[in-house]
Amino acid sequence: MIGQDLIGIQDLTREQIETILETAQGMAEVAGREIKKVPTLRGRTIINLFFEPSTRTRSSFEIAGKRLSADVINFSPSSSSLNKSESILDTAKTLDAMDPDCVVVRHKVAGVPQRIAEVLDAPVINAGDGAHEHPTQALLDMLTVYQKKGRLDGLTVVIVGDIAHSRVARSNIYGFSKMGAEVRVAGPPPMLPTRVEDFGVKAYSNLREALDGADVIMALRIQNERLKGAHFPSIREYSATFGLDRAKLRFAADDAIVMHPGPVNRGVELSHELTDHRPSVILDQVRNGVALRMALLYLITGRVPKESAPQ
Amino acid sequence: MKRTLIRGGRILDPATRTDTTADLLIEDGKIKGMGVDLDADRAEVIDASGCWVAPGFVDMHTHLREPGQEYKEDIQSGGRAAAAGGFTSVACMANTDPVNDDPSVTKFIIDQARKNSPVRVHPVAAATIGLAGEVMTEMSALREAGAVAFSDDGRGTEDANVMRNVLEYSKMVDAIVMVHAEDECLRNDGVVNEGFVSTRLGLPANPSAAEEIRVARDIALTRMTGARLHIAHVSTKRAVDYIREARDEGMQVTGEVSPHHLTLTDKETLGFDTSTKMAPPLRSAEDVEACRKGLVDGVLQAIATDHAPHAVYEKDVEFIAAPCGILGFETAYPVVMDLVRDDELSPLDLMDRMSLGAARLIGVEGGSLEPGVVADVVVLDPEAIWKYDPAQGYSKSRNSPWAGREMVGQVVYTLVEGDVVFDRERGVLER
Repeated sequence: MIGQDLIGIQDLTREQIETILETAQGMAEVAGREIKKVPTLRGRTIINLFFEPSTRTRSSFEIAGKRLSADVINFSPSSSSLNKSESILDTAKTLDAMDPDCVVVRHKVAGVPQRIAEVLDAPVINAGDGAHEHPTQALLDMLTVYQKKGRLDGLTVVIVGDIAHSRVARSNIYGFSKMGAEVRVAGPPPMLPTRVEDFGVKAYSNLREALDGADVIMALRIQNERLKGAHFPSIREYSATFGLDRAKLRFAADDAIVMHPGPVNRGVELSHELTDHRPSVILDQVRNGVALRMALLYLITGRVPKESAPQ
Repeated sequence: MKRTLIRGGRILDPATRTDTTADLLIEDGKIKGMGVDLDADRAEVIDASGCWVAPGFVDMHTHLREPGQEYKEDIQSGGRAAAAGGFTSVACMANTDPVNDDPSVTKFIIDQARKNSPVRVHPVAAATIGLAGEVMTEMSALREAGAVAFSDDGRGTEDANVMRNVLEYSKMVDAIVMVHAEDECLRNDGVVNEGFVSTRLGLPANPSAAEEIRVARDIALTRMTGARLHIAHVSTKRAVDYIREARDEGMQVTGEVSPHHLTLTDKETLGFDTSTKMAPPLRSAEDVEACRKGLVDGVLQAIATDHAPHAVYEKDVEFIAAPCGILGFETAYPVVMDLVRDDELSPLDLMDRMSLGAARLIGVEGGSLEPGVVADVVVLDPEAIWKYDPAQGYSKSRNSPWAGREMVGQVVYTLVEGDVVFDRERGVLER
């Protein structure tokens, strides 16, 4: 993967996903050391180019880069063609001229990381674009499930919530499907995007049916601002019909785990109690996020390819 | 007396349903006649062997951006691009700055065209002031100033009562009302066709129903008013069905379709290329098939490019922020030749949809090679293979989904009133 962009899980093969997850398992060990730093990426420069505010993902990338001894620069322009300031491509080209080894891009509009990748020399990692893809989230989710279940193949994974507006859902649908899991999506019909079944998933608007025998349940964050678009009538009704709590969990497999990409709206997608306790694995996801991003940075910027090495 | 002989081409004249190999003689800007071994005495001879000779193309739906947005295009550059694409007459939409909702703007466009454009330019005036969908324009005065049709293109004229009045009033000036059929509430912020493509991309979707609803509404209003309704850039299967039913009912409802809606599907958008963003959006394969069938059956009478130039920097932005529209003139002929290559349309019928169909709808000269008519002629090489590079074209803009693609079929000559305004070898020529 040296020098390659990572725009979406849809572009990865099963073998590539396996390589990333295996590498991440090794990286997780660094976090347990007394000195949480290895010199692997010394001299490499990584730019976090976040057009959309993000504390969690940006911090995760920053910590991942620093644990590998890379120099990590955070750049959060307020610019956007949407507000008529410097164009995103000009911003990206300016940063590219500073010769980074990798640029991590987040933007609220689908497609921006791909357009940036087309004009940059440096490899681009998509840290989330609109409702398109969030590949590192899906990879850390797969890593977490693998650690808990020992496999991905043959599992039943249920993603619950606003699938239509979720990049996390899309990347996880691609990822878990490629790894041989059965993926289901569940939510009120306006939150299920048109022809979602074409992904090869089953769609449900009845949570009980969706959860039947589920091994993994992934709740998505409800964007309160979507209320104006009337995708569901009220938080109360959503919570009653699709919010997860111990009672609803009984429909799933006995050893089912509960995931959430965070931040959680307590009492909406997940009951207060379920947010903090088993079988939810939310903090494991966060922890794995660092290891996973270390693995990606290493795989993409780590080794100098032979053909470009100094003679 | 100036004479031009176009020798040995396949003459395709939709007005007389002629498809024959012959010479075409032009005298003093008018068609003199056709025949074999015509007297070429003192005539400039154009060799058209292996080529088609047809009426110059007529495009009833274009954006020339003048006045006001000359950085995208102006009447000169747009006119030249049209000439290079084989067009001899183009109608330009009213969404300029200022909007063409006043006779002074209409006259300005006509004056500029007379001075600067190698091809004829026919202004389409706004149906409502400022395209705002509220107050009707002075259609009578606009018609007098030279407007050939009325349209709030780009906007959907949301208020049905306003639309009713526009349709009724338009009967007085005997002109078509061209509607951009999209329900703006349902379209919402949609930028790609609603379907699996929009779901994959995670971009806001624009459903077919937004077009269907508006076409159905405006047909209902036309049934009530007896006006002449023209649906611009038809893109959905059901819009074609509704127009077909209305015509079967005997209503004066017509439609046009763009080269892109005849040949490209929403899958083109999978790479987030903003040169695939237009309104209405590229649709499904089923819609494309229905539009082609509608054109073949004559439910849709004309191919119209919706030539919509935008500056590179305007398009090179986030997908949702990019303006809608693509270039059309210089790629139209090779692109629509797809219908001939697939044996869906005969060469003669294709020429009909490229000239006569639109000329009749907007009531302008064109679409005919009969003796005595103005000599607007195009010579086409249906086999020529070339690569399209917008940077080498005549438009000021470059927003084309066909950039870099191999094209089959090429314009060899374009003649306006007997004068060669485009020659494949020499480019666009001053008249």
